[in-house]
Amino acid sequence: MMKDTIIKLDNVWKIYQMGEVKVEALRGLSLEIRKGEFVAIMGPSGSGKSTAVNMIGCLDVPTKGHIYLDQHDISKLSESDLAQIRGRKIGFIFQQFNLLNTLTALENVALPMLFQNTDREKRLETAKKLLEMVELGDRMQHKPNELSGGQQQRVAIARSLSNNPEVVLADEPTGNLDSKTGEIVIRFLEKLNKEGKTIIMVSHDANVARHAQRIEHLKDGRVVKRG
Amino acid sequence: MIKDYFIFSVKNLRNRKLRSWLTMIGIIIGITAVVSLISMGQGLKTAISLQFGDLGTDKLAVQASGGFGPPGTAVVNPLTKDNLEEVKKVSGVKIAAGRLIKPGKIEQDDHATFSYVASMPDREARKLIHEAQNLEAESGRLLKDGDKGKVVLGSNLGKKDAGLGKQVVVGSKIIIEGKEFEVVGILKKLGSFILDNVVFMNEDDLRDVMDVPDKDYDVIVIQVQQNADVAAVQQRVEKVMRNERGVKEGEEDFTVQTPQAILGQVTSTLFAVQLFVYIIAGISIIVGGIGIMNTMFTSVLERTKEIGIMKSIGARNSSVFSLFFIESGLIGSIGGIIGAVFGVLMALGLAFIGKSLLGTDLIRAEISPWLVLGSVLGSFILGSLFGILPAIKAAKLNPVDALRYAK
Ligand SMILES: Nc1ncnc2c1ncn2[C@@H]1O[C@H](COP(=O)(O)OP(=O)(O)O)[C@@H](O)[C@H]1O
Ligand SMILES: [Mg+2]
Repeated sequence: MMKDTIIKLDNVWKIYQMGEVKVEALRGLSLEIRKGEFVAIMGPSGSGKSTAVNMIGCLDVPTKGHIYLDQHDISKLSESDLAQIRGRKIGFIFQQFNLLNTLTALENVALPMLFQNTDREKRLETAKKLLEMVELGDRMQHKPNELSGGQQQRVAIARSLSNNPEVVLADEPTGNLDSKTGEIVIRFLEKLNKEGKTIIMVSHDANVARHAQRIEHLKDGRVVKRG
Repeated sequence: MIKDYFIFSVKNLRNRKLRSWLTMIGIIIGITAVVSLISMGQGLKTAISLQFGDLGTDKLAVQASGGFGPPGTAVVNPLTKDNLEEVKKVSGVKIAAGRLIKPGKIEQDDHATFSYVASMPDREARKLIHEAQNLEAESGRLLKDGDKGKVVLGSNLGKKDAGLGKQVVVGSKIIIEGKEFEVVGILKKLGSFILDNVVFMNEDDLRDVMDVPDKDYDVIVIQVQQNADVAAVQQRVEKVMRNERGVKEGEEDFTVQTPQAILGQVTSTLFAVQLFVYIIAGISIIVGGIGIMNTMFTSVLERTKEIGIMKSIGARNSSVFSLFFIESGLIGSIGGIIGAVFGVLMALGLAFIGKSLLGTDLIRAEISPWLVLGSVLGSFILGSLFGILPAIKAAKLNPVDALRYAK
C-alpha cells in the first residue's frame, strides 16, 4: 500500500441474497485511491458502482474481501463503528439530492453536525459559511421544495462538507440535472478537490467524468479498464 | 443535544398535524375520563363523609332493609315503636331514639319547594341527635320538648334564593304539607345536602302532618354505653330485632350498622362504579397507546428513506432511536396534558351544573395537583413505552436498504 493511499479495496465481493437468487453486485473489485485525488467511476447501470461507493462510505460491509480507509480495515466493523467513521470522515452526495424536506437549507447543512454533538452555535455558523461557499447565502431559510434541482444539489454539497470529511463520495451527482446545471455542480466539486479533498464521483456520462483526474471503468462488479 | 432532538421531533409532529391529533384522541379521551371521574369521585366521597358528620364509633343505626337509599324511600316493612322499646332494653344501649324522615312540600306565600322533613325525639334522645349531627343554630334556637307547631330549618332554606319567595327568617310562618309552622331556628351550614335542606319538627307534629301511622319509624338511632363493646351490642340488638320481627338469622328485613359501615357501603358502591369507569378509561388509554404505536410504525415506514439519509450523514442507531422515541413520548404527553385540562374543566363544569341546577353539594370536584401531574406523566410513559418498538425498528434499518427505499 502506498503511503498516501486513503482508500483501498482488495478483492471485494458483495453478494445480495434475494430469496432464492444470489445477486453478485461486486465480484472481486480491487481499487486504490490516493489522498487528494479526484476519481471518476464509470460503468453501465447495474455494474456495481453504487454498491462500491456505499461500502467505501461505510454504509455497508463486503461479503468477502477487505476495504481500508486511512489504513484501517473497515470491512468487519459494527454498524455503530461504521456510523462513527461515516459521520466524521465521509461526505455523501446523491443523485436525488436526499435532503430532508421538513428542514430548511440551513438546518439540512447543520444536521450532520448535530449527529456529531457539535453545539448549536457552531453548527449554524459552519452551515452558513458552507452555504455561502456554494453561493446560496440568500436561500438559507428555504425548504428543499422551494429550491431548484441545481440549488438542492449545492445544498447537498454544503451538507457533505459540514463535518470536514476527508473523502467526498458523489453518486451520480448530475444524474437529475440538465447539463448546464450539472456543469456548475461539477465545478464546485473541482473546487473542493483543489482545496485538498479526495473526491470519488460515480457517473455514466463521459462528459461529466472527464473532469476527474482518473477514471475507473466498472463492468459486472469488476474494474475492466483504468485510465 | 436532547433539546435539538426535541425540536426536530416537534417539527415532524407538526408536519403531520392531522395524524398527530387523531393519534392523540384515544389518550385524550382516556385521561379526560380518568381526571374528571377521579375528581368527581373524590368530591362525592368528601360530600358523603360530611353528610354523615362525625357520628363517632359509639353509635348504631337500625333501618328496615328494602334497598339502599335515603331513609324512608324504599322501606318494605317499617320499624315500629315496639321495636324501639325492645332495643332500648338491650344491655349496652344507652339511648335509643326512633326517627322519621319524609320528603315534603314547603310553602311560603305562593312559593313552594320540596325537601326532607325529619322528626326530633324528646329528652336525651334529642340531645343524642343534636350532638351526633353537630346541629347548631345560626339564628334562633334548636327545638326542645313540647315545641308544637315549631320548626328548625337547614341553612339552605334560610337563604334568599331558597325558592320560598322572601327570605325565611326566625319568626317566619311557613306551610308544610298544608299546615302552618313557625320557624324558631335556622341551622349553621353543615355541608351535607340533606341536613342543609332539612326541616326539623317534633315527632308528634310530623306524624300528624305526614299522616304517619302512630307506630312506624324509619330509623332507630342508638347510643352505645361508654366502655361497651359496640360489636357485641350490635349483635344483641340484631338478636332482639329478629325475635321482635319474627325473622330467622340470615333473612333479616332490617340492618343494624355503625355509621362507618353505612359510609363504607356507600363508598364501596362508589368504588365499584369508579372501578368500572377506570376499566373503561384504562382500555381507552391502552387503545390510545396502541394507536400511538401504529402511527409510529406507519411513520417509520413512511420515513424509511429519511432514516437512510440521516444514517448516511452520520446518524447512529441511538440517534435515530431517540428521534422516534421522543416523538411518541411527545404525542403521549401532549395528549395527556390536553386530557388533563379537559378532565379538570369537565369536573368543574359538572360540579357547577350540579350546584346551580340541582342545588346539591354532592356533585362537586376535588382536583388534586398530583392527579393532574400523574396523568400527564403517565401518558408520557405510555407514549414512550408504545414508541419503543417502532423506534427500535427505525434504528435497526439497514442504511443501504433504507436509502434505496422508494415511496
Ligand atoms: N440492497 C440490494 N439488494 C439486492 N440487490 C441489490 C442491492 N443493491 C444493489 N443490488 C443489485 O446489485 C447490482 C449492482 O447495483 P448498483 O451497485 O446499484 O449498480 P449501479 O450503481 O452501477 O447501477 C444490481 O444488479 C442491483 O440490482
Ligand atoms: Mg447506482
